[in-house]
Amino acid sequence: MKRSYDDMTHIYGRIWILTALVVVFMVPISACVYYDAWPGITPVLKGLLGVAPIFWTVAVIEVVTYCPMLGSAGSYLGFVTGNLTNLKVPAALTAMENAKVKPGTEEGEVISTIAIATSSIVTTVIIALGVLMLAQLTPILNSPQLKPAFDNILPALFGGLAVVYVSKNWKIAMAPLIFMVALFLAVPALSSSVGVLVPVGAAIALLAARIMYKKNLL
Amino acid sequence: MNFDPNSGFLFAVAAIVILFIIAQSVFFLVRAIRQAKVLKMDMRQVRRTIVSTAIFTIAPAISILLGVITLAKFLGLPLPWIRLSVIGAITYELPAATSTATALQVSLSETIRDPQVYTAIAWVMTLGIFPGLVLVPLFLKKIQKGLMTLKSKDSKWGDIFMTALFLGMISAFLGMVFADIRTGLAGWIPIFVLLFSALIMGVCGILIKKCNMKWLETYALPVSMLGAMVFACVITPMIV
Repeated sequence: MKRSYDDMTHIYGRIWILTALVVVFMVPISACVYYDAWPGITPVLKGLLGVAPIFWTVAVIEVVTYCPMLGSAGSYLGFVTGNLTNLKVPAALTAMENAKVKPGTEEGEVISTIAIATSSIVTTVIIALGVLMLAQLTPILNSPQLKPAFDNILPALFGGLAVVYVSKNWKIAMAPLIFMVALFLAVPALSSSVGVLVPVGAAIALLAARIMYKKNLL
Repeated sequence: MNFDPNSGFLFAVAAIVILFIIAQSVFFLVRAIRQAKVLKMDMRQVRRTIVSTAIFTIAPAISILLGVITLAKFLGLPLPWIRLSVIGAITYELPAATSTATALQVSLSETIRDPQVYTAIAWVMTLGIFPGLVLVPLFLKKIQKGLMTLKSKDSKWGDIFMTALFLGMISAFLGMVFADIRTGLAGWIPIFVLLFSALIMGVCGILIKKCNMKWLETYALPVSMLGAMVFACVITPMIV
């Protein structure tokens, strides 16, 4: 029996992502072998202790939250190339919005994959070019005049996205939005762990949406 | 052996990783374009998706490049280049490097010359971010199946479910913008930038609907983002 596009996506996706796992681990292993410099378990564990609890929690959260938005191929690719929140997720959702297709449909899957793949290629090429021209680019990119632009890239991105999505779905957006603004006003230090708060916002949005849906308010 | 974090060997490792990423991206891109033809989708829309995503990606990609430059000061170029091209983000890699350096009582103010410190940092970065690569193949199919069941039972709720998930994410980041307002006027800069981006997007929306400028739909997000970034450069010196 001929396998469907979706079935093949999972087969190819698993091959690619597991190969990526090997490639990712090849980096420290090859450095250790080449320089004959194995760091020992204790320093690695000590360093890992400072970051793993939060990183691994965020990894679980990202898989549960973003996989439904990115689609199958988009997830296999996006989770390898990274920068999901600030790049891949907005790119995929905006592309689907512009193409007037929905996540979870065949067309949505295609558009999301194209957006994530394009974004990954462009990002990789720009970083590679930047690395090659580092001497020339560093003074420009680190100039005090340009610093505010990159310091504010997230508000610049999410302001535009908010108009598109919040204006269309303001009833669903109100509850998580009010909660998050109040939370960050009360505890500003939480901004360093915003990734952990994404599922909290999603849970509040889902709860509010479910209540309004049951009451025929949506 | 003298250790140089910018050695030819490490650049060669970086090149292999980067080529792998490009190959995977091209593979899925070509496959998706072929599937678009099978589904008889509008190929002009597919081309528009590629162009608009490419333009939208430029500014965040330069921001990622800045992360590479930041980390390169003490890790050399190859490792940050690899880490920020595969899975990583500066928000992961900088704490991973700092945490390891602190544990080893090493300063990150100058380039690392001890290979064992370097490999320890490389291991912590790798072990810190690898779970996503294991979780996706394990659970993606189950998550997708669950969503299909949800949609088949009640398609309207299925759509609302997806929208709510995304709005939850946007809310967290919109809320974060308000974190610094108690520090004074400078803390309001992200809010002004956010509002300006929203304003440009609103104007784009009006132009698209009222003036029938359909082509602008594809570029509205990059235009509002880049416009707001320029705005940040203008207002910051006036406020700070």
